[in-house]
Amino acid sequence: MQLFADLLDALSYQPARNGKLRLMEDYLRHAPDPDRGYALAALCGELDLPSLKPAALRDMTIAQIDPELFHWSYDYVGDLAETIALIWPTGNTTTHAPPRLSEVIERLRLAGRAEAMTLMSDWLDGLDATGRWALLKLAAGALRVGVSARLAKTALSALGTVSLEEIEETWPQHQPPYTELIQWVAGGEKPAARNTLGFRPLMLSHPIEESDLANFAPHDFCAEWKWDGIRVQVAAAAGQVRLYSRAGEDISGAFPDLIEQVDFEAVLDGELLVARHRNGAVEVASFNDLQQRLNRKKPTPALLASSPAHVRLYDALIIGNDDLRALPLRERRQHLEAWYGEKPRPRFDLSPLIQFADWSELARLRADARAAGIEGLMLKRWESPYIAGRVKGHWFKWKRDALTIDAVLMYAQRGHGKRSSFYSDFTFGCWRPFVDENGNPGRELVPVGKAYSGFTDEELRKLDRWVRNNTVERFGPVRVLSPGLVAEFEFDSVHESTRHKSGIALRFPRFHRIRWDKPANEADEVETLRKLMT
Amino acid sequence: MPLHPQHWLRPMPGGLYCEPGGFFIDPSRPVDRAIVTHGHGDHARAGHGRVAATTETLAIMAARYGEGFARETQALAYGERISLGDVTLMLEPAGHILGSAQVVLEHDGCRAVISGDYKRRYDPTCPPFTPVKCDVFVTEATFGLPVFRHPPDKNEIAKVLHARELFPDRSVLIGVYALGKCQRVIALLRRAGYDRPIYLHGALQALTQLYESRGVALGPTASVAGMVPAQLKSEIVLCPPSAIGEVWSRRMGDPVPAVASGWMRIRARARQARAELPLIISDHCDWDELLQTVRDVDAPEVWVTHGREEALIHAIQQTGRKARALSLIGYEDEE
Ligand SMILES: [Zn+2]
Ligand SMILES: [Zn+2]
Repeated sequence: MQLFADLLDALSYQPARNGKLRLMEDYLRHAPDPDRGYALAALCGELDLPSLKPAALRDMTIAQIDPELFHWSYDYVGDLAETIALIWPTGNTTTHAPPRLSEVIERLRLAGRAEAMTLMSDWLDGLDATGRWALLKLAAGALRVGVSARLAKTALSALGTVSLEEIEETWPQHQPPYTELIQWVAGGEKPAARNTLGFRPLMLSHPIEESDLANFAPHDFCAEWKWDGIRVQVAAAAGQVRLYSRAGEDISGAFPDLIEQVDFEAVLDGELLVARHRNGAVEVASFNDLQQRLNRKKPTPALLASSPAHVRLYDALIIGNDDLRALPLRERRQHLEAWYGEKPRPRFDLSPLIQFADWSELARLRADARAAGIEGLMLKRWESPYIAGRVKGHWFKWKRDALTIDAVLMYAQRGHGKRSSFYSDFTFGCWRPFVDENGNPGRELVPVGKAYSGFTDEELRKLDRWVRNNTVERFGPVRVLSPGLVAEFEFDSVHESTRHKSGIALRFPRFHRIRWDKPANEADEVETLRKLMT
Repeated sequence: MPLHPQHWLRPMPGGLYCEPGGFFIDPSRPVDRAIVTHGHGDHARAGHGRVAATTETLAIMAARYGEGFARETQALAYGERISLGDVTLMLEPAGHILGSAQVVLEHDGCRAVISGDYKRRYDPTCPPFTPVKCDVFVTEATFGLPVFRHPPDKNEIAKVLHARELFPDRSVLIGVYALGKCQRVIALLRRAGYDRPIYLHGALQALTQLYESRGVALGPTASVAGMVPAQLKSEIVLCPPSAIGEVWSRRMGDPVPAVASGWMRIRARARQARAELPLIISDHCDWDELLQTVRDVDAPEVWVTHGREEALIHAIQQTGRKARALSLIGYEDEE
């Protein structure tokens, strides 16, 4: 438990992705089995422990501590689990040895609530302050140390030569504490496959520019619209169904309307959308509608009715018992069409192929396509097998040109990790009409978005200096800037938003150019953005 | 009938005043006669008429404020008794930093001990706190809450050495208070077997040299000025806590930011300090040590000067002793 506690402690203070990877890799190398597998499961959020009520833990603590001292301490620290971890009496440490992580998890899993409290009390006696804190976090069911399941698996892959994709593919066949899996990654024997419901890492694309196309022959490629949803994999086998996100996260629970329509056995690749049927046609809704579905782990019947989920299929990895991944896309597409033609399903359709004679025709089609739900084009080599990961030379995304706007920098905050000494996180705003309390018309700036990227290191240094010299006020970590610097921001689209004062939200805003030359009053108006709304 | 210290030792706006002796202890404003417990800025101020303190404290004050920091100075050895008016005065080690002292006062058959800032655990840079039995014990309460229990120093130093192994391409940049914490962290690193040069921010060099000139061996140290990130890989650099995450720290490239302070026990404080590696190393007593000290000096009455007084007073009262807050102003929580 102590090693795991030290890991969580270090992770909680580590802002950088690489730093977190290093810490987890080091832990996985040195911690014994089965503890390290349980740690991995905990980091991936896969442990299902009976959750203990904070109030019960507090009462258990106060029973041993002067209540006045407890309240003063809690007031000062502000966090209940942390207060308990720090204040827990240490006189009993000699009678209880610190537990192992595996012991904690195996016993807690089976314990009733009353027994769990007794166990917790004994363990808290045996651990130091960091150990107690980690134990309480584990029992609370949420580690919150800024590690995703994918990052934890990436750290695991660093132990040996097994790739992240292979780990993700076999992951669902294993259970905590993942001993066989870890031993395989660390250089042991590959465990035998057991079922086919697992996530198979997706084939990913590279961005391409119009100028790159001259090197390619148009007839070697299939073109499809790039749909503005999220990439998913539908895996169905032996009467069970899983819907996986791009990263392999199981999101089946949030989409019962899709799952109930799956009466086949296949592993399919497609785009998850919200789409409504109108007069026999399928109408794709905005990404905002999909976002609402993604935000709800358990959708209400009203939401299911108003925002039905839909999958637009573009590839088949497995159909029935046939693994198609080694076949060229041309043949996989034929299998997919034949399979779909046997029994069309209303919540699924096929991503249509775009017919084109040459690149200039395709460029025209792309320029005209600003309809909702389209982000650009996908170009896929007809000969490409289905290969996990971002392999070069097979699939390309040709995104619609980004939209841009000139906006004024309004607030700045420092970044994280390497950037923690730089002001690198900016809120920017545009103008809108405004009438002051005396009835005089004028203009005011309202925030329209936040951007953290798109500048060079050199520009970051300049921006940082500018922020330090042009701060008019501070609220905690936030600096309020005098409205004097304009930048051109790129973004993918504009949407209605009730969360922002401006009434709009931008998708993926980033710096394009800093306009050191441009006066703030020449920045764009909110109205200009509204006109770009899709 | 002995005269209880409450009649001759009083909190005044300028600090704690001993009337029959005619002196203040750690006054926060200029006075004619001051006894100074130790060299930290909130206890040792310039501009007094006469200052009595340990030789080391006087040297620290001279280094910080210049030779003319007081009209007249008097150096006292630990255990040396002097008379001031009707009062006998003696300094005893407080274990806080080099030169730090408790002030032991005797008057009319009663003894009061003013401990200044103090700690109980081992510190290679200064002699340990000596408990002196007394009628009134005056204590600080910087970490006067039961959530403050400092872990063993060697655990914290081990974290630094482990970070060097984990991140061999980065330096470890430790924010330390310039007086006391800096030199103690160096000494603890040496005890853990670390023998490479330790690099120092300019603000830490003078006091570190002063410690060495007073016979505290700290091993090789060097200025970090002029070094480039490539030279600092896996080296240890010390700087004032305020330099972490500031423009200056960019010269280290991508250092592992650490902060050594008792406040690092609290996660929100550690995050506020931007520490990737919070090191709970304190020059003050933790909660258990405060209460242990009250038992050791066995005073029937305890006065609490600064910090989180209410919890400490409450806990002392539970042991059947009298306790009250002096509410002295001008002392800080800085460490
Ligand atoms: Zn001090
Ligand atoms: Zn102090």
